[in-house]
Amino acid sequence: MCDVRELREFVAANFLFTDECALQDTDSFLDAGILDSMGVLQIILFLEERYRITLSDNEVVPANLDSIESLKQFVVRKLSEGRLPAVNGD
Amino acid sequence: MQLESFLEASAQRCPDKTALIVDGRRIGYGDIERRANQLAHALVERGVDRGDRVAIWLENSSEVIIALFAALKVGAVFVLVSPGTKGHKAAYILNDCRPRALITDRRRLRVIGEHWAGIPPIAVVWTVDPVADTAAPPHVTSLQAVFDDRRPQPGTQKRAIDLDLASLIYTSGSTGTPKGVMMTHLNMISAATSIASYLESDSDDVVLNVLPLSFDYGLYQILMAFRLGATVLLERSFAFPHLVLDAAARERITVLPLVPTIASMLLRMDISRYDLSSLRCITNTGAALPPEHSRRLQESFPNARIFSMYGLTECKRVSYLPPDQLTRRPTSVGRGMPNQQISIVDEEGRAVAAGAVGELVVRGPHVMKGYWGDPEETAKRLRPGPYEWEEVLYTGDLFRTDDEGYLYFVGRKDDMIKSRGEKVSPKEIEDVLYSIDGVAEAAVLGVPDPVLGQAITAVIARCEGSRLTEQDVLRLCAERLEDFMVPTTVTFRDTLPKTSSSKINKRMIAV
Repeated sequence: MCDVRELREFVAANFLFTDECALQDTDSFLDAGILDSMGVLQIILFLEERYRITLSDNEVVPANLDSIESLKQFVVRKLSEGRLPAVNGD
Repeated sequence: MQLESFLEASAQRCPDKTALIVDGRRIGYGDIERRANQLAHALVERGVDRGDRVAIWLENSSEVIIALFAALKVGAVFVLVSPGTKGHKAAYILNDCRPRALITDRRRLRVIGEHWAGIPPIAVVWTVDPVADTAAPPHVTSLQAVFDDRRPQPGTQKRAIDLDLASLIYTSGSTGTPKGVMMTHLNMISAATSIASYLESDSDDVVLNVLPLSFDYGLYQILMAFRLGATVLLERSFAFPHLVLDAAARERITVLPLVPTIASMLLRMDISRYDLSSLRCITNTGAALPPEHSRRLQESFPNARIFSMYGLTECKRVSYLPPDQLTRRPTSVGRGMPNQQISIVDEEGRAVAAGAVGELVVRGPHVMKGYWGDPEETAKRLRPGPYEWEEVLYTGDLFRTDDEGYLYFVGRKDDMIKSRGEKVSPKEIEDVLYSIDGVAEAAVLGVPDPVLGQAITAVIARCEGSRLTEQDVLRLCAERLEDFMVPTTVTFRDTLPKTSSSKINKRMIAV
């Protein structure tokens, strides 16, 4: 399962904030200036280790990685790709 | 001649030629020239004088380029502050260069936040955001208003001569505090001309720039392209490689300036899916490319000439390796570039014997005037040379040459480790580490040791999937290095910390 709290903790622990107010789930990391190439690599490593998903090159795009909300949706999608179709729906 | 003539001449010659491709938009030379003139007039109206500093603190964007040329046009000195700079350091730089004008954005004004009070008042502050609703002082206005001004504004009157300062380029400061390298128009024109000649650049070039413009390597991509009327595909970073390479293929880039970190990322991807057959020139500087990486790059781009180069902010560039030498001397950074004299000297400043290690000294019209406001540090680097009316640049880098005069970087003079009474070059050990299968990044540091003086420790980031152990590394080092150079300890990290110019930042590695 993908816990948004976990994603928020990871982002908070690994990327410095300059604002007093907390990052909103839909705030862009790029716009907030907390994402650079090293940051992206860190996120990829975290996703691969924590959720056991592998990212292909063309999945490394802002649409998938640039906010807490995007990360969550991306992870949920990748996790459900690996599963057999549910009988009763998830 | 002055640096802004690079823009002015191209705008006259080919006003409709695309100068920049940024965020999917194409901006012609004529447009850039027009906006630079508008901003130049605004600078004059706001009292910016010859020699005043204009600080520009933004992500890579057309505004950075327009602003730097506007500053040059009024005889001011542009200072590009790295966009990722944190509050304390940004305040330090602004305090140091005391700009009369600052062009930035809302986000960065917030970054400065409480440090704003400690900076001497900046007369003119523009933000690129549409509305200036910031926490900063009320005199912050929107830059867009300058561009919306419809009054016809021809070029401003020239105030500077080529001996005047054009820019302060802050170094990432391996000593700790950032220092502003003073560069005159003449310095920068000389450097740009020399480099363009050995790269054989031309006006048909399309240059992909993902490097920060605050890094001289990134800045000069713009300057050299503008000088010829070429085109720059300007990106903010290489954070999302797929998007960048997609754009690069679409725009048929011909020139790709790299640093080893970016080369590393490229080589981890499947780049065959992007049609980059238009690429004819790849350059690398900042740190040496591991031979394995330059080999694989050449394989991926068989039609591109790869230039391994060396330079330092204090004189922009020193050497380049002719591409046809890369296979033969993959670890060399080449020979000196045109219009320059170099020598390798001992502690007394005398030329060393051929093949011996010494400090590289550079003489040429591209050598900086010194560090802004820091005569003490300047005196350590600019010292008497062969002629008493001149000073030359002591690079602080150790080199040796081979029997044909090709240069090999040995290490930073102040990074040398003293272990067991021997002087050890961390770079030499790092080279061996990079030759080990499974090593993606490596840094060698000296740590105080009661017995050895300094103990050598290696910090390594392994390639994906590698199961390399400390024992493996030590065994291979013992095979390839003299015993006093074998590290005492080896630790592993996911990635190693980098400076703003993508070099491994040893100071940030906690051991």
